[in-house]
Amino acid sequence: MTINHNGSAAGLAVEAKNMNVYYGSFRAVKDISLKIERNSITALIGPSGCGKSTVLRSFNRMNDLVPSARVEGEILFQGNNIYAENVDPVEVRRRIGMVFQKPNPFPKSIYENVAWGARINGFKGNMDELVEQSLHHAALWDEVKDKLDQSGLSLSGGQQQRLCIARTIAVKPEIILMDEPASALDPIATLRIEDLIRELKKEYTILIVTHNMQQAARASDYTAFFNMDSDRAGYLVEFSETDEIFTNPKHELTEQYITGRFG
Amino acid sequence: MSSDTNAFQRPAMGSGGKSTQDAWFQRALALAGASVLIILAAMLISTAMNAWPVFTHSGWSFITSSDWDPGISRTEITGSYGALSFILGTLITSTIALLIAVPLAIGCSLYLTQIARPSIGRPLAYAVDLLAAVPSVVYGLWGLLFFVPIFVRPMIKVIADTVGEAVPFLGSPVVTYNYATAGIVLAIMVLPIITAVTREVMLNTPIAEIQGAYALGSTRWEMIRAIVLPRARPGIIGATMLGLGRALGETVAVAMLIGGSQRMPTSLFQGGQSMAGVIAITFQEASPENVKALLGVGVVLFVITVLVNMAARLVIWATGGRVAGDAAV
Repeated sequence: MTINHNGSAAGLAVEAKNMNVYYGSFRAVKDISLKIERNSITALIGPSGCGKSTVLRSFNRMNDLVPSARVEGEILFQGNNIYAENVDPVEVRRRIGMVFQKPNPFPKSIYENVAWGARINGFKGNMDELVEQSLHHAALWDEVKDKLDQSGLSLSGGQQQRLCIARTIAVKPEIILMDEPASALDPIATLRIEDLIRELKKEYTILIVTHNMQQAARASDYTAFFNMDSDRAGYLVEFSETDEIFTNPKHELTEQYITGRFG
Repeated sequence: MSSDTNAFQRPAMGSGGKSTQDAWFQRALALAGASVLIILAAMLISTAMNAWPVFTHSGWSFITSSDWDPGISRTEITGSYGALSFILGTLITSTIALLIAVPLAIGCSLYLTQIARPSIGRPLAYAVDLLAAVPSVVYGLWGLLFFVPIFVRPMIKVIADTVGEAVPFLGSPVVTYNYATAGIVLAIMVLPIITAVTREVMLNTPIAEIQGAYALGSTRWEMIRAIVLPRARPGIIGATMLGLGRALGETVAVAMLIGGSQRMPTSLFQGGQSMAGVIAITFQEASPENVKALLGVGVVLFVITVLVNMAARLVIWATGGRVAGDAAV
């Protein structure tokens, strides 16, 4: 993939343009257009089934792994459509990383969990340094520095999720997608992840799907509210600064949702 | 509280009621479970006892000598019984079979589970299961009449003519039916069962880990190497043992294709005989003492099978896995 570094004059990290996603003949989301600023945190919220995870997964072509999935429209990453014919999805995923809902460390050592992604992507530098740095960044180093050779699966759920964040940043992506990264964690682990996300914003652009309204309000700069239409396709209702969405929503639906009247 | 007022008290055995029924049910199941062990013990003891005179007569040379010259006595042991060439015949053909079948089965399973679309992979998986169910005599006959003359023999000839001079055990003379022909047809026979179990194990790779690997920018091959293969390894070992068990015990097809010679092997392209083969082929016309010797061969085959299975379990246990193929065994 050739990425044009000049095409991002507006400070945009990534932009979806009239995106539709289909599973077979079913349209899961329709006409999504979103502009994501660099070094911002954007929360995607909405009721279950509104397609916010589908939208998120479209940003790094994870939907390619579902045989029936098809994406129409464009997602522009540094000026290039990541769905263009000549684009290698492997390269897209290296530059746009992802953290999943359920922590999914590999059945390898803590060290290997972090090192593996960097190694397969041709990292040539000092691996020990990279692993330490990434674990520091993910606020996990102090807890695991004495047991790097233990299995990643031996950690607690919150630690596993931070390990997954560490392995994601070890490949130095530009954007990190997070699919309800704290929903499987207890409240204290959740707060640590949120702190971490705010910290990561300095270097990365973050898109995060969340079911947790307070989390969106606490942790994000921008919020996109999705809803499901009568044809069961998800669509974007409102996209704005998070303060705006939570204090002065333009749409009645948004207000109803954030005040807990449906969803 | 006195016992006659306790409503939850267990009634005495034989006094009827639900818990008595349950107790009898448990006993019946325990008996069913024990019957397996009883049959196994009975078989091993009676076989070994009948073969004992041959073992005492031959001593270790029963497994270290290849001099097999049965006597015709009804009461004594008069012949020489060295089963080494049969033991080697079984081990050589089984090894050839696994060396060919296991890599093929892994490749086939990877294709079926990781690459093929479900609309192609599923019918192919059914076909693999069907192949596993074809009786071995059919494979033997097919190998004898078609596969060996059309494909295997020309290939063997090329190998013997090119690298045969330089590489030990691959040289001339090439006979019509030999270790290699039997081993190659055996490979085709054990391929489906190994593939079926391996595929099953690979299907169980956690999807979350697969996605995690892709999300780091890995190619399909990198993901397979890091996630699918390590996860499937205990299962692949289990499947290999299952295939080896079949290969060791396979009688008819091997007997048809191995050549039926009693010499010590000097080349894979030379005729030989297997343990199961010699039992099946010579049993009908065997003298009483020869029958005892054949029973002895059966005991050795049994012991080898047990040892191989124990070794496999040790490997899996030592590397911290479980035998995922157990359900199929």
